[in-house]
Parts: sequence; structure tokens; C-alpha cells
Amino acid sequence: MTAMAEREAATATTRRKLGPSLRGWFQDWLPRLVLAPSLLLVLVFVYGFNLWTLFLSFTNSKAFPTTNLIGFTNYVRLWNWTFETDPPSNWYTALVNMGLFGGLYIFFCLFLGLLLAILLDQKIRGEGILRPIYLYPLALSFIVTGTAWKLFLDPRIGLENALHDWGWTSFHFDWVVDPKMMIYCVAIAGIWQSSGFVMAMFLAGLRGVDGEILKAAQIDGASIYQTYRRIVIPIIRPVFFSALIVLAHMAIKSYDLVLSVTGKNPGGAAELPSTFMYSYTFTRNQMAIGSASAVIMLMTIAAIMVPYIYSETREQNR
Amino acid sequence: MSAADLVTSTPARRGPGHSRTTRIVIYGLLLLFALVYLVPLLVMVMTSLKPLDEVTGGNMFAFPRHLTFAPWSMAWGEARIGVSDTRGISGYFFNSVKMVVPAVLISTLLGALNGYVLTKWSFPGHKLVFGMMLFACFIPFQSVIIPMAVILGMLGRTGVDLADLTGWSFGLGNATVNLVIVHVIYGLGFTTLFFRNYYAAFPSELVKAAMIDGASFFQIFRRILLPNSTPIIIVTVIYQFTNIWNDFLFGSTFAAGDTAPMTVALNNLVNTSTGVVEYNVNMAAAIIAAAPTLLVYVVAGRYFVRGLMAGAVKG
Repeated sequence: MTAMAEREAATATTRRKLGPSLRGWFQDWLPRLVLAPSLLLVLVFVYGFNLWTLFLSFTNSKAFPTTNLIGFTNYVRLWNWTFETDPPSNWYTALVNMGLFGGLYIFFCLFLGLLLAILLDQKIRGEGILRPIYLYPLALSFIVTGTAWKLFLDPRIGLENALHDWGWTSFHFDWVVDPKMMIYCVAIAGIWQSSGFVMAMFLAGLRGVDGEILKAAQIDGASIYQTYRRIVIPIIRPVFFSALIVLAHMAIKSYDLVLSVTGKNPGGAAELPSTFMYSYTFTRNQMAIGSASAVIMLMTIAAIMVPYIYSETREQNR
Repeated sequence: MSAADLVTSTPARRGPGHSRTTRIVIYGLLLLFALVYLVPLLVMVMTSLKPLDEVTGGNMFAFPRHLTFAPWSMAWGEARIGVSDTRGISGYFFNSVKMVVPAVLISTLLGALNGYVLTKWSFPGHKLVFGMMLFACFIPFQSVIIPMAVILGMLGRTGVDLADLTGWSFGLGNATVNLVIVHVIYGLGFTTLFFRNYYAAFPSELVKAAMIDGASFFQIFRRILLPNSTPIIIVTVIYQFTNIWNDFLFGSTFAAGDTAPMTVALNNLVNTSTGVVEYNVNMAAAIIAAAPTLLVYVVAGRYFVRGLMAGAVKG
């Protein structure tokens, strides 16, 4: 508050010099005028558009947006599809795949990220070479990652073929061309791409742990496992939380990876809510259903992110 | 020290000492994982340097027997993207360049100004404004894509009318312009976040002193803040460059055919259903698509990591 008062005093000085002119008024409002376009863009293109999509989800829009309101019909349809398992509806497939992909992706990214960070934190020689190797996949686009993994896992020319060539002829791995197993390949590619990032987050957390605490534990005769299990991991618990949030929101937004690993998601086998939304809106001409699924995605992410953003900005003020 | 500096700094000499066996296990695991992370890239590179029969008939881990750069020139200049285009990915590469340069510059500049206002000229409600911009970073783009398509369609029709009237569409309806608009808008949250957090730590006394000396809003920004912003400008530019270059959803929705960016063209190339799948050409194209961001990572990895961390942990 004092900073603000001081600033006001400072601007008042400027104003006195200029007199109560238009120019003085302009100088006072200039900062807000500079911020205004950005804020307006965000208000319209983020919040306004979200509301627009919400509105569309209550209409009967097909190929083009309409304004014929039909209440919760689209949500009721999605709700019914959620339980339509025989034959599975696309929405049911999308939700099951979301659970499978999201669960595996989050679990293994956290697991590998923590493992690599702990290993790297053991007074390692050559950390400067190893760390960039774990992190470089982050610089790639999901399309490139997907293209690489699609080739790598392709049974005809990839891993299966190579191991057969080396004499392990009973090896069998064709998930990437098997509609039932494709989603696991998407998860493998996703974990490969993102686990390095989680490693970096954990490593930052580990480096922030006071070395004295570890020394004390060592003197007390604690084993390495006990030290990490009982002391280090509890200290870096906030990192787990941050990583979990970031990974969950990335999992829900995953879109390109599915298309590139599976080769444009044949028959909707690797459907996720993101691909469901896109195909219903732009190829199946069911824009209202697409909007409803987009609203559900938005709500899920908001439920994860809003409390997180709130707590993070609160912490900064302390 | 920020979180990212903790990652990239040299490790402190601490922690419990290990026996020889433990050391071997640690190094073994680290090297094994390094191999896992490297192998897909190595396979990509080797595949792109082999003739097609060696790819389909040989072992993907084998080194090329007949080293060839033909797949690279095919991918760059002759490969079939989509149905009719057989001019390779070069055009799409430059589509991406034309999109990414203005989008990065504009969003970074706006982010810097926003961060400056939000920290040094804060007004009642600035926290709410920042919170609203922050949430914009994380929305799923599926929830804005339909209205965006409608609005861009309207802009396109306005562009046609303007062209009829004046002979120039003012860029309205141009796919590259559309993508620049989209990427600037949806990048604002992140660029503002980066600069706000950076300027929050910048001494306000300097700004206040300059105010008392009668320096104007823009003078303070240009003479005092900008010269001290080099690290955060690098972080923001790299972050935005990587994100925009790697975007697929917006590119595939708002830019069709010849105007598509690199990622969309790569996806089309890899997934064309006509003719023989030329894996070597696909891999060459994928490496070309990845090259700019990989290069940035190699040259400025430290800043790259810092941007990622700032985008994830706001502290």
C-alpha cells in the first residue's frame, strides 16, 4: 500500500508540473490503456469464446452454429453414451482411453521423473551430458514424436522386426497397429516426451533440500532408502503436486500425439475427448455435441487449474 | 536462485557416499535411460539416411550400408504432401517461419508491457486481471476453436469485401495472418506471466526515482526495464517459438492446403494413403520439422528449461 501511495505522490508531482491538463490525465491512465488491449483480447477470445461454446452446447447446431436452444439434450446424450458399452460409443471409448492414457502417463512420468532426478542427484559425473539427453524430447513437437514412435513400434520395420533379425524370433509386439492396444503406444510416446520435464521439476526440488538435513540423517545411521522415503520425499511433496497438476492438464489436452502415433486415429480406436470433440464438430457435423464435450473438457481442466492458480498466487503474496 | 537455476547449476557435493556396487547400478540405470531417450532419434536419423529397400528389408538399428541423402532432398523438394502437391515440405517450412516470427515478437512485446504495468503501475484489481490472464494459459483450445473458426471466417469475408473495394485485403483471410492472430492471443497469458514474475523482482526504487525525475511511462520501460530484461526476453522468445512452431491443432484447423504450417504438412506426408510408404523420406521430413526447435534447445537449453519451469511452477 505504501508503494502505491508513493507512486501516487510521484505521479502527482508530474501532474503539478503539467497542470490539470489532458496530458496529465493521459499519463495517469496510460498504463491501464496499455494493458487494456491484451485484457480485452483475453476477455473476448478466451472468456467470451468459452461462453459462446457453452451456448452452442445448448443448441442443435450441426455443420454450422445455430441459435435454436434445446436445453440439456446434448449433455443427456453424452451422459447416455457414457454407459453405452455394447457396442462402445465413441464417447465411452474416449473416456476409457482418457483414464488409461492419463493414468499411465501421469504415473510413469512421475515415477521415471523422480527416479531419474534421484539418480542424477547422487554426485554423478557427466550430469551435464545426461540431463540434456533426458530433456531434449520436450523440444520436439508431438507430431514428430508420434512419427518417430510409430516407426519405432511398427512390427514390420521397427522393434519386432529388429529383434527377430537378432534372433529373438518369438518376440511379438504389434500394439501400434492393433486398434485395442494403440492407446498404450500413445502413452509410451507421451511418457518418453514428458518424463524429462518431470525429472527437471524433481531435480530442482531435490537441489533445494538442505544438505545439512541429509548429513544429520546419515550420522544417525539412516540408509539411503530411508533418507529418501522418510525425509527427502516428504520435503519435496509440493513438487509432486505441481507435477501432477501439470501432467493432468497436459493429458487432457493431448491431441496431436494420438493422431500421429496411430496414423489419424483409425476407426476412433484411440479416441480421447480431444479427438472426439474435433471429429464431431468438424467431420461429423455434430457441432453441438462437439461443443458439449469441449465444455466438459474445460470444466475438468478448470477444476484442476483454478484451485492451483489460486494457491500459487496466494503463496507469492506471503 | 530460481527453480530452473537449481536444475542447470552444477550439483552441490553432498549426499551420502556410495559403495562401488551402488555406483555401478546408478551409472548403469542412468546410461540405460539415456539410451532409451536417444534411440528413437538415432533410429530416425539412420532411417533417413538409408535407401528404402534397406529400411523395409533391414534392421532399424543397423547403420546405413549405402549412405544416401536422397530422402532429405526428396522430403525438402519433391515429397507428396496431400493429394496434388509434390513440391516437398520446403514451402510449409517457410509458412511456419512466416507465422512464428511475427507471432513471437508481438506476443513477447505485449507480454513485456503487460508485466510492466501489472508490477510497476499496479492498480486496484491487478491481481484479478493477472489471474484471469493466467487461467487463459491452461484452457483446452477445443473450447475456443468453434467461435474462432466463425470469427476468422467473418474476417475472411471482410477481407474479400475490402479487396473488392480497395484492391487489398489488409491481410484479412490470409491463413498466416490468422495463425499469427491466434497464436498472439493464446500466447499472451504465458508471456505476461513470464514478464510479470520477472519484473516483480525488479527493484521498484529505480522506477520510482525515474518517475520523480519526470520520466514518462514509456521512457521508464525503454530505458530502465528493457535493458535489464535480456534473460526473460530470451526465455519468453524460446518458449513462444517452441510452442508456436510445434502447434498442430490451430494449424490444422485454420490453415488448409498450401498455407498449412510445418507440423500439419508433416502429418499429411506421413499419413498419405497413396502409394508406397517412404519411411526414409518421412523421417527426413520429421527431422527437418524438429530441427529449428532442437537447434534452439542445443544452443540455449538453459533458457529453454527455465521457460518450461516458469510455465509450470509459478514461483
